[in-house]
Amino acid sequence: MASLLTVSGVVKEFPGVRALDGVDLEVEAGEVHCLLGQNGAGKSTLIKVLSGAHTANSGEIRWKGEHVAFPTPVAALRAGLATIYQELDLVDGLSVAENVFLGHEPSALGFSRRGEMNEAAAALLKRLGHEDIRPAREVGSLSAAGKQVVSMARALSHEAQLIIMDEPSAVLDSGEVDNLFRVIRQLTADGVAVVYISHRLDEIRVIGDRVTVLKDGRTVAVGLPARSTPTAEVVRLMTGRNVEYAFPRSAAPAADGDEILRVEGLGRRGEFSDVSFSVHGGEIVGLAGLVGSGRSEIVETVFGARKSDSGRVTVDGRVLRRGSVPAAIRAGLGLAPEERKSQGLLLFEPVYRNVSVSSLGRFARAGFIATAREMAEAARVTEELDVRPADPRRVVRTLSGGNQQKVVLARWLLRGCRLLILDEPTRGVDVGARTEIYRLVRKLADSGVGVLMVSSEIPEVLGLADRVLVVREGRVVHTGDASEIDESKVLDLVMEGAVA
Amino acid sequence: MSERTDGSPGAAPEARPPVGRTSTVAPSGGTGVEAPPVDEHTRVEEAAAVAGADRRPSWLVGRLAGVRSLGLVGVLVILAIVGVVTTDGQFLTTGNILNILVSASIIGVVTVGMTFVIIGGGIDLSVGALVALASVWATTLQTQSYGPVVMVITALLVGMAAGLINGGLIAYGRLVPFIVTLAMLVSARGLAQAMSDRRTQLVTVTEINAIATTEVFGIPLLVYLFAAVVAVGWVVLNRTTFGRRTFAIGGNAEAARLAGIDVRRHTALLYVLSGLCCGIAAVMIMARTTTGSSTHGDLYELDAIAAVIIGGTLLTGGRGTLIGSILGVLVFTTITNLFVLNNLPTEVQNIAKGLIIIAAVLLQRRSKAAST
Repeated sequence: MASLLTVSGVVKEFPGVRALDGVDLEVEAGEVHCLLGQNGAGKSTLIKVLSGAHTANSGEIRWKGEHVAFPTPVAALRAGLATIYQELDLVDGLSVAENVFLGHEPSALGFSRRGEMNEAAAALLKRLGHEDIRPAREVGSLSAAGKQVVSMARALSHEAQLIIMDEPSAVLDSGEVDNLFRVIRQLTADGVAVVYISHRLDEIRVIGDRVTVLKDGRTVAVGLPARSTPTAEVVRLMTGRNVEYAFPRSAAPAADGDEILRVEGLGRRGEFSDVSFSVHGGEIVGLAGLVGSGRSEIVETVFGARKSDSGRVTVDGRVLRRGSVPAAIRAGLGLAPEERKSQGLLLFEPVYRNVSVSSLGRFARAGFIATAREMAEAARVTEELDVRPADPRRVVRTLSGGNQQKVVLARWLLRGCRLLILDEPTRGVDVGARTEIYRLVRKLADSGVGVLMVSSEIPEVLGLADRVLVVREGRVVHTGDASEIDESKVLDLVMEGAVA
Repeated sequence: MSERTDGSPGAAPEARPPVGRTSTVAPSGGTGVEAPPVDEHTRVEEAAAVAGADRRPSWLVGRLAGVRSLGLVGVLVILAIVGVVTTDGQFLTTGNILNILVSASIIGVVTVGMTFVIIGGGIDLSVGALVALASVWATTLQTQSYGPVVMVITALLVGMAAGLINGGLIAYGRLVPFIVTLAMLVSARGLAQAMSDRRTQLVTVTEINAIATTEVFGIPLLVYLFAAVVAVGWVVLNRTTFGRRTFAIGGNAEAARLAGIDVRRHTALLYVLSGLCCGIAAVMIMARTTTGSSTHGDLYELDAIAAVIIGGTLLTGGRGTLIGSILGVLVFTTITNLFVLNNLPTEVQNIAKGLIIIAAVLLQRRSKAAST
């Protein structure tokens, strides 16, 4: 029997980049097929090719045994292949039923038949085990989980036989994830196949049947059993080596420097509460926690980008004004934010302007910028960090993730900060550049700067930091030396109580 | 590509972006940000090496004016040729050229302020109404009794105060610029009507009228004023921290904020600046018409925005040039001039303007696709 979907040797090129470089995939009816890969491995590109949003340059896609190339997402949908993207493409202002049948509303002579539509939507929702969602309800009022169910109902309304889900659990809490899994099982029991994309291995163990692993736009393993393949093996496939990053060790024993940052009883309603810790010069403090645990919110509040409700932040003995980024920067803080592109960079500006943006006052007299000096200084710092290509006039958008991150670091290096806050410093940074960034961070710390780092990758926190704080549900649940705790312990702390 | 990158010749012909796909920004707290491929590092460098090879020789071209501005200069040249051919020698006379410049001067000054606001990521619909209000306020019998200096200061202060209200509501009240300045458009014009009782107020102070009649080296003072505002605007936009921050805020307000720029204060200042330009324009219109009136500056907002757009400034902010905007103003006034010289009705003229806006934007999109 032919597989539902067979992909072989698919190549997709973008100007300058080969995003997919020979991908194979085989999905059977009624299975949950997990697609694994690091950020940038090509998962998103692959699903865009499958769903008709992109066209492959070469390779073959067979749908129910027949060679296909869906020209548009609508064509794919008509054939029975639906995709649920992370940003759910629902219209908030319309009702649940209207969203489910968007584009193929039951109608007579151009008039929509609301009653019929609501009934049909109710039937689909029931099939998904969600009679609780009323078809007439406005979609904007639903939770992320509710919206996901509506998206699935929409897929079913097209009689989808394959539903691709792009990191569906990213926006859900654990109770909702359980619910999602129930719905998925319901679907597969009906013979619908699901391609499930996630990088949470634990989820894949629970819901997946088979696993395909992508790396650098290539398939490195096809159809591994999801439950029995050892974790180490999967990680090795994803990263192309055993997970042992070269973490530079501290030159001198840490925490001998003066206390730079002191956070006392810091809180923000609904995000985190009673957070206290300190960072010394020369020390790297790592914040470990799940997405939504409040870790990014904590560091952004320390930096003044969010206004705290309670507690205080002290830098070098002086209390910082709440909710003021300029005050934090004047006190010597710097932040490399979580979303580099949307929060960190002026993407269309050249490198040197991105670097100098926080130190403009230094190059200006009466408001006039001494551009030559500005450029020379920016070039000096980017050279020091080995930003490539070494051209300070280059537009930042054209740099790779690792080099973009270095540009952000260069900004604070130029400014000369006392405490550097790094939120997910290696997200979207390739493996080679990671090691380089680790080395830079350690070098900074060795020069006396305090570093506060957030990462969702526990090995990174443990490997790089001197001290570790574990955050769960907006509270610090553990503080201790990085050498006194191991990955499984941190995982326990991070997950504990998260299972509702 | 513009005079904004004047100081950075290498940036002129941008290399192709290595990543052609749309980057998906995850919902807050999401983990799945689309990232570059793992070995993009090396790929980008290879691409950079190729792009870099042909970069140096062409920087001069980019520096001269930038592709878009060059296009507008071309349009002006074509219009001039049309003028010469159709007007029997009337077009290319000193008198007529000065005429065009004088007509461009008032809307040109307004456009300078508009360019700052739009590059900073906003929009100011109230400019025409502010010109009217400032002209009325500065020409009341009471104000005129204090003499020309007070009249000028009044016009400038009224413009800046209204701009401050705009900016305050937008930056600190977190209201949408379109709505705030739309409300200001309506209410400022209303206030101007109320103050003047809908009557045209004659300017009796001769010094004000002299601004329009004085000529230095045969060129009207209004043209010098226009040139001065453009020059100052250009320097501020391209050579100062204020200008740099304007681009940063318009390009990515969140990144600018996290880099330590006081985005709200700066945004408010942009509208004050626009209001100041309206005040200057009000003085000029008072001088030229010898009146203050609630009907002054009618539809200036549309003319100014149109000039900014055909000048190549991104309506979403972050990228743009002042020179482009000014060329845009000149294109529009030259067209008007040609129609007048040829005795063509204004209806046709308006249709032509509309077509030019669309053509300019289409052209820009093509040149952008070719250059990025």
